[in-house]
Amino acid sequence: MQYLISVIHDQAGLATPEEDAAIDVFNKRLQAEGHWVFAGGLASPNTATVIDNRGEEALVTDGPFIESKEYLAGFWIIEAPDLDVALALATEGSKACNRKIEVRPFQ
Amino acid sequence: MNVADVEQAIIRVHHEEWARVVASLTRRFGDLDVAEEAAAEAFATAVERWPAEGVPPNPGAWLTTAANRKAIDRIRRENKRDDKQKEAQMVYDDDPPEPLGAIDDDRLRLIFICCHPALAMEARVALTLRMVGGLTVPEIAHAFLVTESAMGQRITRAKAKIKAARIPYRVPAAEDLPARVSGVLAVLFLVFNEGYLATGPHTDPQRHELTAEAIRLTRLIRALLPDDGEVAGLLALMLLTEARRTARVSATGELVPLAEQDRGAWDATLIAEGHRLVRERLAAAAVGAAPGRYQILAAINAVHTSARDMRDTDWSQVLALYDQLVRLDPSPIIALNRAIAVAELDGPEVGLAAVDRLEHRLAAYHAYHATRADLLRRLGRSQQSRAAYDKAIELAGNTAETAYLTRRRDQLR
Repeated sequence: MQYLISVIHDQAGLATPEEDAAIDVFNKRLQAEGHWVFAGGLASPNTATVIDNRGEEALVTDGPFIESKEYLAGFWIIEAPDLDVALALATEGSKACNRKIEVRPFQ
Repeated sequence: MNVADVEQAIIRVHHEEWARVVASLTRRFGDLDVAEEAAAEAFATAVERWPAEGVPPNPGAWLTTAANRKAIDRIRRENKRDDKQKEAQMVYDDDPPEPLGAIDDDRLRLIFICCHPALAMEARVALTLRMVGGLTVPEIAHAFLVTESAMGQRITRAKAKIKAARIPYRVPAAEDLPARVSGVLAVLFLVFNEGYLATGPHTDPQRHELTAEAIRLTRLIRALLPDDGEVAGLLALMLLTEARRTARVSATGELVPLAEQDRGAWDATLIAEGHRLVRERLAAAAVGAAPGRYQILAAINAVHTSARDMRDTDWSQVLALYDQLVRLDPSPIIALNRAIAVAELDGPEVGLAAVDRLEHRLAAYHAYHATRADLLRRLGRSQQSRAAYDKAIELAGNTAETAYLTRRRDQLR
């Protein structure tokens, strides 16, 4: 079973060196224990571009698809047998990156 | 056996066996939905057939077998409908149910899945009453004053999340157990409190069916986790509160405060059982088990239910227990109750000073204003007392409490 762990943040600025170091330790653990699928940190939401090609013509817009104070700062995709394991890992992940986190199952 | 006896037997079996049947089916089929529906169908079949055929010698086994068949039928039907053409590799299992230990474990699993912290509190309450308590959706909807369709959706959504997010059907690991048990107890305490002090202008002030259900489920958890001090504490707290139920509301539907209750009308059997549990926990505390908040609250209620009247109450003991509780739980509501004990011990003026210090945190809580109103009344400060009663009446949601506060206010000179 795979879960998306979204890192939610509400301030500008990337992770500090201490946070980066803690994330590294957490990532190594995910890999060593077989939970790791993929992870990445994202650039600021200002760098996003929205494309809508549902109509006649593709529409390109600058900026994130939703303007809000909180934004997606990064994510993990993990493999876990059930939600309890995923929540336990996410709890450590939140501590490591020092950010709020959302856990959501893949279909 | 006549029809009335069979009806009684079915009600009793429903109380005793519902959670067991749902729990064992959930383990077997890995699906709460299937388990719930099949259990409900099995009980419906019993209601239909037992009056004519008689109650089977082992009703629990009969129901489990019937529910298993219903579940397999449903799964086969769904597989056909989905056109998957893969007939489930399942056979009817008419073996006698598993030994008691394993099944009891299943009921614990059922309780823990219904009270999982990833579910919203209101969903935990609804799911626990449905899956463990066996209340129907209309009954639960009525208890929490929402429409049946809203309550049905709440339960459906919770079951869908359990399935999609794969919330495990498992007793938590030892290191997580205390926190998870405390989550379960919070759900049961909420159910009890809604029955003890029902909110809403059009509902009875006390909802006995909810307090009784909360006590029944807490007894079940006590049987499954006999060594847990907080489970014993919560059960004792509920019993000692329930014992005063009939004395707490007058014939005219008005709240009767502790000081004015007819103590002869308290239920001596419930009090004896509650006191026994409190003594058990005191003995455990004496050898080093630190009591949690429910045990301390139970001990406070044991002091009250041991006293012949208000003056006979050992208020210094009550205050010492509140001091202990404040260290565990710094909530302003605990501090307010502590201030009431201070007022009994050191007089209303000292009590009022302690209450007033809580204003910034409790200004929207009716009991804060009701307590102030009472203390101001005792100090002869009628005008301020009247204003505090007004505020308390405005904020109170319980009909018996509103009636009591209104009379008190109108008696002020």
